[in-house]
Amino acid sequence: MSAENQASVHVHRDDVATKMGMWFFLFSELLLFGGLFLMYSVYRYTHQHDFHIAAEGMNIFLGTANTIILLTSSLTMALAITAMQKGKKILSLSLQIITFLFGLAFLVNKFFEWSAEFREGNYPGSPILTAKPSGQILYYGLYYTMVGLHGVHVIAGMTVIAFMIRFTIKGIITKDNYVKLEAAGLYWHLVDIIWIFLFPLFYLIT
Amino acid sequence: MSSNSLAVDKSGNLPSYLIDEGKRKGILAWLLSTDHKRIGIMYMIALLSFFAVGVTLGFLIRLELLTPQGTIVNPQAYNEFFTLHGVIMIFIVVVPAIPSIFGNFFLPIMLGAKDVAFPRLNLLSWYLYVVGSIMILLSIVLPGGAADTGWTFYIPYSVRTGTNMIFTLTAVFILGFSSILTGVNFLTTIHRLRAPGMGWFKMPLFAWSLYATGWIQVLATPIVGITLLLVIIERVFGVGLFDPTLGGDPILFQHMFWMYSHPAVYIIIVPAMGVISEIIPVFSRRTIFGYKFIAFSSIGIAVFGSLVWAHHMFAVGMSNNAEFVFSLLTFLVAIPSAIKVFNWTATLYKGSIELEPPMLYALAFIFLFSIGGLTGIIQGALNVDIYLTDTYFIVGHIHYVVFGGTGIGIFAALHYWLPKMFGRMYNKKVAKVAFWIIFVGFNILYFPFLILGWLGMPRRSYHYLPRFQVYHVIATVGSWILVLGLIIMFFNLLKSIRSGKVVTEKNIWGGESLEWQTQTPPITENFVDIPVVNEAPYEYKQNEEEFLEKEEVL
Ligand SMILES: [Cu+2]
Repeated sequence: MSAENQASVHVHRDDVATKMGMWFFLFSELLLFGGLFLMYSVYRYTHQHDFHIAAEGMNIFLGTANTIILLTSSLTMALAITAMQKGKKILSLSLQIITFLFGLAFLVNKFFEWSAEFREGNYPGSPILTAKPSGQILYYGLYYTMVGLHGVHVIAGMTVIAFMIRFTIKGIITKDNYVKLEAAGLYWHLVDIIWIFLFPLFYLIT
Repeated sequence: MSSNSLAVDKSGNLPSYLIDEGKRKGILAWLLSTDHKRIGIMYMIALLSFFAVGVTLGFLIRLELLTPQGTIVNPQAYNEFFTLHGVIMIFIVVVPAIPSIFGNFFLPIMLGAKDVAFPRLNLLSWYLYVVGSIMILLSIVLPGGAADTGWTFYIPYSVRTGTNMIFTLTAVFILGFSSILTGVNFLTTIHRLRAPGMGWFKMPLFAWSLYATGWIQVLATPIVGITLLLVIIERVFGVGLFDPTLGGDPILFQHMFWMYSHPAVYIIIVPAMGVISEIIPVFSRRTIFGYKFIAFSSIGIAVFGSLVWAHHMFAVGMSNNAEFVFSLLTFLVAIPSAIKVFNWTATLYKGSIELEPPMLYALAFIFLFSIGGLTGIIQGALNVDIYLTDTYFIVGHIHYVVFGGTGIGIFAALHYWLPKMFGRMYNKKVAKVAFWIIFVGFNILYFPFLILGWLGMPRRSYHYLPRFQVYHVIATVGSWILVLGLIIMFFNLLKSIRSGKVVTEKNIWGGESLEWQTQTPPITENFVDIPVVNEAPYEYKQNEEEFLEKEEVL
């Protein structure tokens, strides 16, 4: 890295550093889920038959709907950044709000999906689940843990977006200073990408 | 921070960071400060207080083991003591110590920057650290009692014990989060805030060591984070994940735990190696030998250190092929550490060595860390390890590496940098006396552990066979000597902060890195003008000719 490339230390704002810091944090987040994916692959390998049976009970319709919702929200987030770059504040603001609402829709869907599972007695510690073979207990354990932790990340992402909406209204995020929005976008894409892996693992592979 | 507060005093100095409070006054000027130096000091106060708690627990454990049957506490309390001792010393003290205290204080100065890349995130890391530490204290006082699983939290006991596991696990999770944020901050700082002219190979080796550590913090800590979170979920919601009664695999927990906790050894030791790499050339008046080898060996440790975790599990019954691979990699990972030891020794050769207190600690580091490293190699051999697993040998090994390495490294750093941080010098004679008491006490305490382990004394055991008692008595006497040395050392340092001889010269020890070109103590934002770096670090004028000769040879 040449001297000119380095941030001038006199300027307090360093957009490259902000994005770089976000990337380092995302690596960390990926490895957080990496531990879970590792567990999934180990247990899937040792309990293939049970995982097959348990996965067939998943609601593919709601899963697919949520995938579409999250993918679209990533698009609206990216568009919100582009709109801000071009100085279209109102457009960017509405796209951010739409992204937030997509996140909400995802959670509402998830709520209905989990309620249905709970009604069928597939919750941790229930007599019905405990009576099942251990592979299926593990499947549901991983399902609730991984999807639940992803849900926490959706909520975190929505909180970040809520702040971005506030910053946009207050004029802190502008045409010339939108690095916060970009960093928020990076985080939201991570939330999306993790779901892209969770969806096939729990709904499609049976 | 405001320009009108930067009034020059009689001696022509600007007010130091200790005097310049910025916008807020009094205690809030500390608790809400985003100045990396003030945050470093706050870490130091919190961390050394917990070190005192950890030492007290260790002292009591040794006292308990004076006799083969119960001595001062009951078995349950004993289990809680060694768990707390491990958790506090590892997660609260040695993992964050050097990056959080000295990294925070000196990394930006060494790079020629005004602060870290994300000052507010830095303050958040400190608060997370404090919250995590307080949760450990809560686990002690709340009904249920402190965790009694040992610091490794092995399944299934950690799911079933009735103690306040959730507090302990959450605390470690939060401490991990704090560590990750520090890593993110330092990595970005090193990438973005080096002074004009400071290329990667003009960075001091301490910065290199923090760079390697930063990557381990960012990439390894989340693994233990998720693992402990899963134990919490398993305990609270009864979700089947690791518990074998629900189909889980306890050995998978061990894999995931050590996937972090082996690299954590390097989060612990690499910054200490960075400190030693700073001190050795300064007190030998010689350019460090093999700068690039030391820099890259830090990276090498970070990479290979992440591939050896299962050497902690040779006795659990893994596949033999996996054991061979892990054993081989364990031998290989010793190479980068050995490279450093050889480079330090080569630096000493023909240097004009000054045995000031920091140098004494640095030399002790090399000696004790070598014993720690070599005993590690012994256990990396599959057949020997089966015999030594879960004995005092491993306890001796970990104390030689973690205390003899990082603990002594912290003391070296304190004696090296504290005068710079506070502008006051400690009593060097007392410091040397304290050093020798610590060094002697240390070996009397921990060397018998290696013998005990070799004779078959199991670790974490409350009762033991009478034939082991003589070694336990020697070790316990050693602990008294060690604690005496620690008390003298800390008393001397604390006294120096309050009333030591005032130092105003910039370059206290004759070092070449940028922290010795700032005012003592440094001003807010470190430099009046951002320095321009033209030279590689450690270029000592005293032996310029010799250096040039070597340049030609290289
Ligand atoms: Cu290890």
